[in-house]
Amino acid sequence: MKRPAAALLMLAAPLLMGQAKPVLVPDVSERNIEIAYSFTGAELLLFGAILYPRGQAPDPEDGPADIVIVVRGPTQAVLVREKEKLAGIWLNAESTRYRSAPSFYAVASSRPIRRIVDERTRAIYELGVDSLQLSPASGAVPEVQARFDRGLVDLRTRSGLFYEDSNAVEITGGVLYRARIDIPARVPVGRFTAETFLIQKGRVLAAAVRPIEIRKSGLEQFVATSAERYSVPYGLVAVALSVLFGWGAGALWRRF
Amino acid sequence: MDLYLPIANLSVNALVIVALGLGVGLLSGMFGVGGGFLTTPLLIFYGIPPTVAAASAASQVTGASVSGVFAHFRRGGVDVHMGLVLVAGGVVGSVVGAGVFRLLQASGVIDTVIAILYVLMLGSIGGLMLHESITAVRVGRGALAPRARKRRHHPLVAMLPLRWRFYRSGLYISPLAPLLLGFLTGILTVLLGVGGGFILVPAMLYLLGMGTQVVVGTSLFQILFVTAAATMVHATTTKAVDIVLAVLLLIGSVAGAQLGARFAQKAKPEYLRLALALIVLAVALRMLLGLAWRPDEIYSVELL
Repeated sequence: MKRPAAALLMLAAPLLMGQAKPVLVPDVSERNIEIAYSFTGAELLLFGAILYPRGQAPDPEDGPADIVIVVRGPTQAVLVREKEKLAGIWLNAESTRYRSAPSFYAVASSRPIRRIVDERTRAIYELGVDSLQLSPASGAVPEVQARFDRGLVDLRTRSGLFYEDSNAVEITGGVLYRARIDIPARVPVGRFTAETFLIQKGRVLAAAVRPIEIRKSGLEQFVATSAERYSVPYGLVAVALSVLFGWGAGALWRRF
Repeated sequence: MDLYLPIANLSVNALVIVALGLGVGLLSGMFGVGGGFLTTPLLIFYGIPPTVAAASAASQVTGASVSGVFAHFRRGGVDVHMGLVLVAGGVVGSVVGAGVFRLLQASGVIDTVIAILYVLMLGSIGGLMLHESITAVRVGRGALAPRARKRRHHPLVAMLPLRWRFYRSGLYISPLAPLLLGFLTGILTVLLGVGGGFILVPAMLYLLGMGTQVVVGTSLFQILFVTAAATMVHATTTKAVDIVLAVLLLIGSVAGAQLGARFAQKAKPEYLRLALALIVLAVALRMLLGLAWRPDEIYSVELL
């Protein structure tokens, strides 16, 4: 664990323990993920401690305490299009807008999520890929909407952007937990959040959030901002590079 | 060797992209086509977003054509006069193309329109070239008596007013014909991310009736300038030019273009045309099947 976090934990421990409700003290292995030229994705380690009031873990007979960790990427406004066969050709027919669909969404839990909480709680806290609130912006019929929701979720699930791992959280001694979450290379940059929930008997006892910043660094950062802000010089450089490459290769070739 | 592409927002195997560039460069040096009609679909197939693929392929085509143009210049295979007329039309066309691109993108049918355009054009041109080159090959082998020399250019071209003399091409025709041809390929460059060589080469041969020796060099000359314009158009409108991706493609394609240009000097032109016709037809067939077969992904996500 990082030293400041540990020190903070020790300082806060007496205060926290005095409370009647359990408290979660979460942390993340990397608070800033930098995308450099060799970025192929990242593996996040999420860990932390559960502080029970008066240092007493609940009676195991009340049922096991579970930890659920949700990592979300920045939300995006998206348009989902559906292809249909018209006159022998597959083309985009219907479409639906979503105001804020998460670009990345991963759930790690200590047991299958369906066995930890009921459907209502899942919907409230958005635990699980099928409990996601996708916030559709077009007023489509519910059945049609559900079809598009499934399409979007399925697409993102298969590209590794949405997933559930029901065995990813490991709880040690009832008080320490940790989980690994894979961030694929295709995620957008921006502010990610890691939410941790302590759940027992279907009720959320404690929750805590940690931000994670993902950004491009070095050359990648430079290229991305130049393309966005200085598009004319950027385009000229691209053209100049291609001419130079072509000319250079020709000149080299003749020498040998 | 994984490398992160800053605009496409994903990591790719750099060697695969270089190899792709090499293969396409080889074709571009050999046939005088830019090779964009292969690069763009292959990049999309590899998982690069379509807009980034089209925008970055255009700059790769620029690079591939530079070395080709130099190679052809040295052996006098470029009609600069004709080339400039084509470029003028092409630059105007690429600006118009950007407008059409935006309209189609908003309506969501851009992919289908692109695919249909590919099938129609590649199919008809490929078929035409195949027929012509087979005839030429048979004549060359003596299996067929050479027909009486055809009219040099299409009657419609001959009807246009205002005639200029294009010495290198051995033509005395209206500049409006190449101007219009350049304009159309300019639109295609932005729309399809292709250089338009596969339209230009046959059009120069069969519509304008240009001499075979200057067709390839002149089409590369036009492609060079029009793809540069298209790169600028993309950089300022879609902002989808990925310079890292472009450099990877360039490394492979400039080397390939040199090899291809050497090979083209040795090979017989009618066999070259036959090979190009077969490649063009194969791509058209693949596109046609893609339209009719159930696609892998029914749903697609577009960022707003």
